Amino acid sequence: MRNPGSRPLRRKSLARRTYRMLDPILAGVLLVLPGCAAATELRSYAVIDDAIPQSLTGMAGDATRGRALVVERSSTCILCHNGPFPEQKFQGDLAPDLSGSGSRWSEGQLRLRLVDASRLNAETIMPSYYRVDGLTRVGTLWRGKPILSAEQIEDIVAYLASLRE
Amino acid sequence: MRFLGAIAAALLVVGAVGAAEIPQADRRSGYSFMKPDTKTMQDDDTANPGMLWVLNGETLWNRKAGAADKACADCHGNARASMKGVAARYPAFDKATGRPIDLEQRINSCRTNHQQATPLPFESRELLALTAFVARQSQGAPIETGADPQLAPFVAKGRDLYMQRQGQLNLGCTNCHDDNWDKRLAGAAITQGHPTGYPLYRLEWQSLGSLQRRLRACITGIRAQAYDYGAPELVELELYLMSRARGMAMEAPGVRP
Ligand code: HEC
Ligand code: HEC
Repeated sequence: MRNPGSRPLRRKSLARRTYRMLDPILAGVLLVLPGCAAATELRSYAVIDDAIPQSLTGMAGDATRGRALVVERSSTCILCHNGPFPEQKFQGDLAPDLSGSGSRWSEGQLRLRLVDASRLNAETIMPSYYRVDGLTRVGTLWRGKPILSAEQIEDIVAYLASLRE
Repeated sequence: MRFLGAIAAALLVVGAVGAAEIPQADRRSGYSFMKPDTKTMQDDDTANPGMLWVLNGETLWNRKAGAADKACADCHGNARASMKGVAARYPAFDKATGRPIDLEQRINSCRTNHQQATPLPFESRELLALTAFVARQSQGAPIETGADPQLAPFVAKGRDLYMQRQGQLNLGCTNCHDDNWDKRLAGAAITQGHPTGYPLYRLEWQSLGSLQRRLRACITGIRAQAYDYGAPELVELELYLMSRARGMAMEAPGVRP
């Protein structure tokens, strides 16, 4: 599946189609698409099974920069997650502990979870960090931009992959 | 009650996916999530900073204003009697506009129509003070908002907004306040989002603030476009939240972290 900028709508089961959150999201797609010309160009990627095997940038990320990003408030990760960050007093508990992520998931699996976790679980609360379509009422400051850049995603993937237990 | 029953039934029909509404018996005010010292601050009038606005509001209540040269008290008398339970019914249906209006908007409509004075800006010291003073007269009263059948379509709109995912983080109010209210978002306890204490003093703001200010903060938090103060959508959200909290006790002026 290529070209994330115009993600085709996948077939939904009956239960999905009647899910009450779907309608506003679909309406959002129609409203958002015309504005996409001005949007940041996302790099294309291929999803194979539950992973994006290839680096978005074609290069390996930097785990040290990745760690700094994960604990930074602006990346939003530790609003929900906790993990091996003893220096961080405030961590969330809405989501799994990130410790040992690299033992549970391959780099490619981690990459897809960051790029678009909703492909794996349509009801997830985890935001899609590298996606601009299918969103509703995005604030002007953030409109047309993914939450993280391809470089930032690769840095975080490198860091998470290094978390072994 | 019948209204809530209808929503619950509708949810069952729509399907088992996604959020369930919080059962009546499990509803909790934001107060119950606070540390003991913050609770004490709310409970003790001499320590509650919101009382400064209430006292200020009492002065304004009795002060003549506008071309009509009338004070609120000239029409409404003693607020302790005339305003008792009023805030617990807002937002309420406004015949003139055919829409719900919140307490701030009601106060401003009295200013323009009866005092012939200019409306007070949202979040201005005077409007917050008058709102706090009026709301204080309902402290302890059960919330009754939404009983008027004319409000039903607006409650439904507010509910849709509450359920809808939005913003760059693609979250709906329900994702936090129905599904994750027993958890923590970084350092902050996620409450059930019941608007029992407004206007309230927020330590982070170092000020009293309205429910609309709180809603705009959550909307910006999910990186969505915040509605302007007074926008119909914000009033519909207020209306839905208040009717969702029906039966819970009013706390204004509350204190929150
Ligand atoms: C609003 C909440 C939220 C935010 C913000 C969030 N996540 Fe998640 N994340 C989740 C939830 C919930 C899951 C559990 C799986 C699911 O629901 O899809 C998850 C799953 C994961 C997993 C798989 C965990 C496992 O071992 O099963 C990883 C890795 C992950 N997130 C990393 C991140 C990173 C890195 C960030 C920031 C760039 C982030 N998440 C931001 C909610 C969030
Ligand atoms: C990502 C999580 C999240 C989302 C989504 C969210 N909120 Fe909140 N909300 C919070 C947190 C956390 C607090 C408590 C903040 C604090 O006290 O520091 C809060 C507080 C509130 C309060 C105040 C409750 C009180 O006791 O004073 C209301 C009302 C509220 N939210 C309504 C909403 C509405 C309406 C929406 C959607 C437009 C929304 N929230 C979206 C996390 C969220």
